[in-house]
Amino acid sequence: MERFINRGNKATKAGFGEGLLEAGIANLNVIAIGADITASVGVDLFASKFPQRFISLGIAEQNCVGVAAGLALSGKIPVFATYGVFSALRTTDQVRISLCYNNLHVVIGGAHAGVSVGPDGATHQALEDIAIMRVMPNMTVISPCDASQARLAVISSVEQCHGPVYIRFGREAMPDFTSPLQEFIPGKAQLMHEGNDLAIIATGHMTWEALQAAYELEKEGIHARVLNIHTIKPIDEPALILAARECGALVTAEEHQLAGGLGSAVSEVISKNYPVPIEFVGMNDHFGESGPPRELMIKFGFTAENIIIAARKAMSRKGI
Amino acid sequence: MGSQTANGVSSLTLKARCIRQSVVRSLAAAGSGHLGGSMSSADILTALYFSVMKHKPEDPFWAGRDRFILSIGHIAPVLYATLAEAGYFPKEELLSLRKMGSRLQGHPGRDHGLPGMELSAGSLGQGLSVAVGMALAARLDGLDYRVYCLNGDGELQEGSIWEAAMSASHYKLNNLTAIIDRNGLQIDGSTETVMSLEPLKKKWEAFGWNAMECDGHDFGSLLNAFKKAQQEAVRPSIIIAKTIMGKGIPSIEGDYRWHGKAPSKEQAEEMLKEVH
Ligand SMILES: [Mg+2]
Repeated sequence: MERFINRGNKATKAGFGEGLLEAGIANLNVIAIGADITASVGVDLFASKFPQRFISLGIAEQNCVGVAAGLALSGKIPVFATYGVFSALRTTDQVRISLCYNNLHVVIGGAHAGVSVGPDGATHQALEDIAIMRVMPNMTVISPCDASQARLAVISSVEQCHGPVYIRFGREAMPDFTSPLQEFIPGKAQLMHEGNDLAIIATGHMTWEALQAAYELEKEGIHARVLNIHTIKPIDEPALILAARECGALVTAEEHQLAGGLGSAVSEVISKNYPVPIEFVGMNDHFGESGPPRELMIKFGFTAENIIIAARKAMSRKGI
Repeated sequence: MGSQTANGVSSLTLKARCIRQSVVRSLAAAGSGHLGGSMSSADILTALYFSVMKHKPEDPFWAGRDRFILSIGHIAPVLYATLAEAGYFPKEELLSLRKMGSRLQGHPGRDHGLPGMELSAGSLGQGLSVAVGMALAARLDGLDYRVYCLNGDGELQEGSIWEAAMSASHYKLNNLTAIIDRNGLQIDGSTETVMSLEPLKKKWEAFGWNAMECDGHDFGSLLNAFKKAQQEAVRPSIIIAKTIMGKGIPSIEGDYRWHGKAPSKEQAEEMLKEVH
């Protein structure tokens, strides 16, 4: 496969905002709901183009989710975005009953995912949202790897999904490396790099780090498969089982708590279907803190180097 | 539907009595459930479904229907009894309440396919937001249906209610009417002891609502309030309906211990003799 090249850093929230605008142009039923930080989560593009279809509800996230449910029950496709710590965590009960139990087609955007949020610190760095959102029946959970994919994820969530969808995205400008022309199929893992010595299963910003790790390992003759899991729920079970069968060891990588996130989702599939050693890269039951994004990623272990260390360990456990 | 003639009011009284009897029977058959609030809300629901709202039981999802949101899902038995009385499904089905495989879930569950159910609900404080969303959608689509939302008084202690209240007046949703079943009681006792709500009408007025008080067991008073809500040009309306928990069964009226309880078969027999 061709190597992925960074076309320039771009925040996934920018891709989210562009995708929302395009989805809104294509489908007049798309309504955006704002909770004050509209520009900060990329919804301002839609809001200025379609003021009649933008509903500002202020700093009242629980109400935002309920209003979204009422709009969805009336044939609209609401998109509600704010920081993930609010859209997924403050509103958990509303998401559970008003959205998921009613199985309504509402797209929730969770911005500021991971420690790469940077200087805002722990309060605003969503590290628990995947775990909470993926246990909700009927919910689809999407975590795009870059801005180009975030754009397509929103369009797809509006046009192809039917129930509630949670899309997670980041604040910091990060490598934009996937094709704007790629096909985005919810629930389908993306093969990013071929190899059979081990498989690195990554999501969000960690997919780029996983690719850098694979390119490094290649120099030593270690061929790592890299799968981008842009849809954490429903997860692509066949692709994961095939990776376990053909590679014999896995590493998961996510900008999220180790408990309940991608690593847990992968373990649930692998332990049942084809048990192999798995190592986990993620946040180890800890809050983030303030600092420059890259330094925080290094401090808390969200880099290609951490993935390489985990890869060696996973491979060393093969056949034990 | 019907107009407010003296005859209309007396036929509403008869309907309400049938609904109360159905509630007692279904709760006794279920062996658990919330009797007190079902009884205090029975007249409000009767007024809505047999006089105030535009709806078609034979076409439950008719696009032009007025929407009814039950935010206090725990009084589902009275909603079920009202829907059955209106002809949405056979009354015999009321005896399946809370049983395995029933369309009559303990709290409303839309996915079980009961005709006339607008929303699965039961976690307090959520329904008013959903009603705001529906009222906004009517605006966006230029449709003239109205949205009615029934809230409990204890439920008003949830902060999310006041988020919804702010948004409804901000968007001048005069097509939205909330009704408070102001029975003054919640599970732990009097609302004013548990966490005081008064001055309730002033609170809603301060939030920009057309707030009214009425006797929640007097159809003349209820219908008058609904009429004023329909005539309001700018603000969302709220009807604080003064009610009595357990209303219609004299031996339990005003007793908070009946909030979350169902009668035994023997108790139900006695209650059915009393229901008025
Ligand atoms: Mg009460």
